[in-house]
Amino acid sequence: MSTEPHYTLYHPRWYRRRVSVWWWLQNRSYTGFVLRELTSVFVAFFAVISLWQLRALAQGPEAYAQFLARLRTPRFLALDTVAFLFVLFHAVTWFNLTPKAMVVRLRGKRVPDWVIVAQNYAAWLVLSGVVAFVLLRGR
Amino acid sequence: MPSTVALTVARYRPEQESEPTVQTYEVPFRKDWVVLDALNHVKDNLDGSLAFRWSCRMGVCGSCGMKVNGTPKLTCATFLSDYLPGPIRVEPLDYFPVIRDLVVDLTDFVRKLKQVRPWIIRKEEKPPAEGEYLQTPDQLDTYKQFSMCINCMLCYSACPIYGLEPGFIGPAAIALAQRYNMDSRDQGAAERLKILSEHDGLWQCTFVGECTKVCPKHVDPAGAIQQYKLTAATHWVKSLLLPWGTR
Amino acid sequence: MMRRITPFLWLLFSAGGTVAALLFPVHLFLTGLAFPFGWLAAPNYESLHRLLMHPVTRLYLFVLISLPLFHWAHRFRYTLYDGLQLKHLTALIAVLCYGAALLGTAMTAYLLWTIS
Repeated sequence: MSTEPHYTLYHPRWYRRRVSVWWWLQNRSYTGFVLRELTSVFVAFFAVISLWQLRALAQGPEAYAQFLARLRTPRFLALDTVAFLFVLFHAVTWFNLTPKAMVVRLRGKRVPDWVIVAQNYAAWLVLSGVVAFVLLRGR
Repeated sequence: MPSTVALTVARYRPEQESEPTVQTYEVPFRKDWVVLDALNHVKDNLDGSLAFRWSCRMGVCGSCGMKVNGTPKLTCATFLSDYLPGPIRVEPLDYFPVIRDLVVDLTDFVRKLKQVRPWIIRKEEKPPAEGEYLQTPDQLDTYKQFSMCINCMLCYSACPIYGLEPGFIGPAAIALAQRYNMDSRDQGAAERLKILSEHDGLWQCTFVGECTKVCPKHVDPAGAIQQYKLTAATHWVKSLLLPWGTR
Repeated sequence: MMRRITPFLWLLFSAGGTVAALLFPVHLFLTGLAFPFGWLAAPNYESLHRLLMHPVTRLYLFVLISLPLFHWAHRFRYTLYDGLQLKHLTALIAVLCYGAALLGTAMTAYLLWTIS
């Protein structure tokens, strides 16, 4: 053959199925994936609440008391419960997946995934403890 | 144990239809039969017009990839007994154009694979008189898993991003790029990085993870991609902080 | 231009995701559930204000709020893009997401700088 075979990407009789907008409902893995991605919305939600809290603190004790009162309303309590569950889901999936991105090699052998995962959870416990201590001790 | 099982097979004959259809065949059930055996029984005894690819029938050539009950599988490694009582749905791989029945066109993958330069790239070849390139077992271990890829395309069929993004290079190609990047004999990492770090090459991956789930050779392409993201990001930071040269 | 900064945006996403994973559960549990429900005694205004005076606290809060916002921006952008297949709006979505994160970061920085 003196010429390269010429492949065309478009062939009129080949069948191309369009990917449906509902592709993510087609199996459990995909739906779980989209739920995991949607945790970012609740992450942003709490970031905004923290920003709001910061602003209330800057404005003085009355504004802060109003902020606290708002958080006690049923609507916010419900939202916060849902947000907490999604943030937990984010944390668990995040810790379980980090060893995939970070391969640590010690003395030539790859550190097994469970070691990295365990370290993540340990760090989580320690940091949560420190934060709780700082926020609960003051009067 | 039943004596037969129903196989619902996707058909597409472009000369007589414009949309795929479905045809059901009753094949004998044997507990040691795989889906490929059932398909070959159909072709040999029931309907010689059924078109499908297969070759080694032992899970090393990557030819017989198809969807069985919606999941990409190697049909030579998928036992009928796991799908009783049936019917068992056999369809062509997703996200590739269907040429006929269960045969898909893989040109897009081949093109993308070539783009990542899946071979040892050296600035200068050692002359044969200097001997072989030596590699320790630990050095081999860093990339061996990614070298197990048989190009069966199950990962592409499982990856929704590949279906949605025409420019996404895809799990197997990126895993193979990583296989060469991690090879101690290779010096082409920078070249491959340029190709893959272009927006559609690597960064479209959102770590769905389905590719790793369906891979029959446990290559873990999702892991390869995340590792590569970290490498590319580290390289980006280095090139920012040391613009006069990172090599 | 997007091509060049994609690795940076992914780093921001990863950092934000790590901050959110490690610190948000405890903060959200306390601020959003334990204190309002009364399960635990909430810190009063004076003690929180005193904490805020430390520069370390201000740095901590900056990281706590801004990085997860960028995590959301990057992830949500791809979710809209892939999940709803809004290809034709890709530039608009990117601007809205990262823009919102930048706005939140700017507001946080301003508050933390000026609080007294």
